[in-house]
Amino acid sequence: MSERSEGGGHDRPAGSGFEPRAWFFMRLSGVVLLGLAVFHLYWMHFAIGVDNIDFQTVVGRWSNPLWRIYDFALLVFALSHGFNGLRYAIEDYVRRPGRRRMVKSIAYVAGFLLISAGAYIIFTFDIGAA
Amino acid sequence: MSQPTNVGLRSWIGYRGGSGYLLWLLHRATGLGVLMFLALHIVNIFLLGFGEEVFNKLLYLYQAPWARAMEVFLLFGVTFHAMNGLRIIIQDAFPRAWLHQRRLVAVEVVLFLAVFLPAAWIMVADFLGGAG
Repeated sequence: MSERSEGGGHDRPAGSGFEPRAWFFMRLSGVVLLGLAVFHLYWMHFAIGVDNIDFQTVVGRWSNPLWRIYDFALLVFALSHGFNGLRYAIEDYVRRPGRRRMVKSIAYVAGFLLISAGAYIIFTFDIGAA
Repeated sequence: MSQPTNVGLRSWIGYRGGSGYLLWLLHRATGLGVLMFLALHIVNIFLLGFGEEVFNKLLYLYQAPWARAMEVFLLFGVTFHAMNGLRIIIQDAFPRAWLHQRRLVAVEVVLFLAVFLPAAWIMVADFLGGAG
């Protein structure tokens, strides 16, 4: 940890390869999620309330295509931000190269499956059949 | 090239000192916690495709009393990660802000408590009111 890693962030990696871009993406997606994720949490947990959510709530929400786009953006930004953060944690804690590659592979497969499952249901869910 | 490999449990969770270490640890822990919830959440939304009955049956994952208690942890994790992340972004965008990190952390803590405590109160009161 460098001095500037204090409190959760870390220095922008030197050079112009993947890592400085990932560093910048974490800040960019962080700002986006500050809007998308925080509003989503407020809306579902305070405006509607967990006890009032059921299947029909989602049918109502996804009858408007704009909500599907919102949810897809949230899915993409949250998963890419979250799995890049998981990658940082893996690199900090899993030191042996073979094991690190294995753990990272499992994480990437899980991330791919989650984004596929999420995108699939957002864009195929048929409210007419529901 | 090679770095120390003291990655036992103590070095994972032991206090390593430095003014920002607790914030760093909380940022990572809340990030991984919210990611775990996100995975569960995507699986549960995917089950919409199995029809109304299956989907509604599994909503106890959110509405059971223990799940409503976990909801407060989710609120804590999202609120802290958002506030601390915002401070990091501000300090990275305006390098001179690093000179005022202590003051910015104080502002962050005050803002966090001002958002989290009332919101957690609303959540708990809603749950207790709904249960009683």
